[in-house]
Amino acid sequence: MAFGTGASSARGGSPGFRFAIYAMLSIVIMFLDQRGSWLERVRYGLNIAAYPIQLLVSSPSTAWRWMQESTATRDVLRAENERLTTRNRELELRAMRYEALSHENDQLRGLKDALPPVAERWLVAEIVDIQLNDTRKWVVVNRGTRNGVFKGQAVLDDKGLLGQTTHVGPWSAEVILITDIEHAVPVQIERTGLRTIAVGTGDSASLALPYLPANADVKVGDVLMTSGLGGVFPAGYPVGRVVEVHRDAVQPLAQVRAIPFATMNIDREVMLVWFREGHPAAPAAATSGDATSGNVGMQPQPAPPRPKPVAPIAAPSPAGQKGGATAARPSGVVTPGAPTPGDAAASPVKTPTPKAAPPPVPEPKDAEEGPPMEEDIPPKPEPKAAPPQTAAPQQPTAAPMVALGFSSSAAPAAPTAQAQHAAVMTAQASTTARTAAARTAPPTTRLP
Amino acid sequence: MNPEPRGAMLFTALLALILTVLPLPPYLVLVRPMFLVLTVLYWSIASPRVGGIALGFFSGLMLDVFQISVLGEHALALSCITYVAVREHQKIRSKPAFQQSLIVFAVLVAYESILFMIDGWTHHPVTSPLRWIHTVTGAIFWAPVAAVLNATNDRRR
Repeated sequence: MAFGTGASSARGGSPGFRFAIYAMLSIVIMFLDQRGSWLERVRYGLNIAAYPIQLLVSSPSTAWRWMQESTATRDVLRAENERLTTRNRELELRAMRYEALSHENDQLRGLKDALPPVAERWLVAEIVDIQLNDTRKWVVVNRGTRNGVFKGQAVLDDKGLLGQTTHVGPWSAEVILITDIEHAVPVQIERTGLRTIAVGTGDSASLALPYLPANADVKVGDVLMTSGLGGVFPAGYPVGRVVEVHRDAVQPLAQVRAIPFATMNIDREVMLVWFREGHPAAPAAATSGDATSGNVGMQPQPAPPRPKPVAPIAAPSPAGQKGGATAARPSGVVTPGAPTPGDAAASPVKTPTPKAAPPPVPEPKDAEEGPPMEEDIPPKPEPKAAPPQTAAPQQPTAAPMVALGFSSSAAPAAPTAQAQHAAVMTAQASTTARTAAARTAPPTTRLP
Repeated sequence: MNPEPRGAMLFTALLALILTVLPLPPYLVLVRPMFLVLTVLYWSIASPRVGGIALGFFSGLMLDVFQISVLGEHALALSCITYVAVREHQKIRSKPAFQQSLIVFAVLVAYESILFMIDGWTHHPVTSPLRWIHTVTGAIFWAPVAAVLNATNDRRR
């Protein structure tokens, strides 16, 4: 076109040189932003620059809502007023009851004075209507350090926990929602007091509880509350409700899904909360400094990949699932399983094989692996008859190695510590069962 | 002829940034092209001496702030593709519109790949395949975007 034909090297060196400079600058910035908080001030400045644009972008919808509100008819307003009055009365009644309960609770705890509520101060903030990253769950709210907002502050709506602030500018703050894929909340199941961690799934209607063992006491309908661990959220705020509990016989962990109470897609206003320090329910002050980064980067990645390894394991061995399902309680069965071969061996013929098969608990491959180890037995007693102490060590060392090799190779992405633990337990169980059987029973009759 | 359409460049970049962060219904959000990237590409091809890598870098920095990614991520990706665009601007300019779209598609895929890699390295992986949709729509939108920007450019001359 009109800009000459030279290779654009008139100003600031060649493109290659400039590219090198800018690329290096970017990499340095990225490095600094990842490590430590040296770039907080730069972020702060960029937030200032970005805020007018964000306001501009959100202004049409703000104006639209303002217009709707100001042109609302008398009937609409009256209806809303009535609804709010009713709601207010309900809440007052509930609060009355709450006061009485709280007082009683304090008396039971032996506290002289009633504790003040853990929330010291609230600040209502409006969500700036702007599209951030498509794949992530973030919002921008219109309050910042000028209003006292700080990094790692809890954000709630009127129904439950919403998220926490991450970057705070002077007039605005970025809030990561609890459903974001990189967010994790320490929670407690209200009914049982069981503590675990709720991780976001990236879907605004779902949280995952990936760290509950398969035998954990969790039911559909259980309410999740914040547990107060982690140093960001105080204890006792509602988070969500369990809607799906899936216990797979081949999985050491239960797959639990919950929906958050907070209505993230509808909210226009959220509440930023300041908590009383030193209150028993307040987030621990000692960890609150680094807890924000620690909490956000809690590696929630185990949650999504987990379902994938299930299918290939579960698919090839449908036969093993029945045995696994009968022995769904891993640690409980192993101990009662050990005596049974003993009394079963009193009637010696072939009962030990099915009895010893149940203890290999959580994974079907262990069930498959049970028979091979039983096939080990027949060769074993014949050497044992001649030299007992050399054969005895040889067997147990071989068996756990086989078990570990199986579990680590077949389920690479599964929580390996648990799987190995279970495998070791089953291996031990089967070896003890075998020795018990060998002690009492004449061996050679058991050859199938 | 005005050799430095700096004002138009900044204005269109700002407009594209606003288009990029404009709230839309979820199904439109997924197919929305990265208007800012297209605009930066256009300026680095049409007038490589004015915009070029600096424009790419600072636009990327703004994208980083708006998309709350690691600071410098979009900046690096945009610097890379503007470098390629500036280097090859004469070849790209002389191509017909359809071939330009194909080139833009390739460039956008490269851009998204860089982002994808950086996401992985910084432990914020977004593995959803939906993140690649905008490369296709970006290639489709290239011709209209270039036409509009050409019009602003021509009016200035």
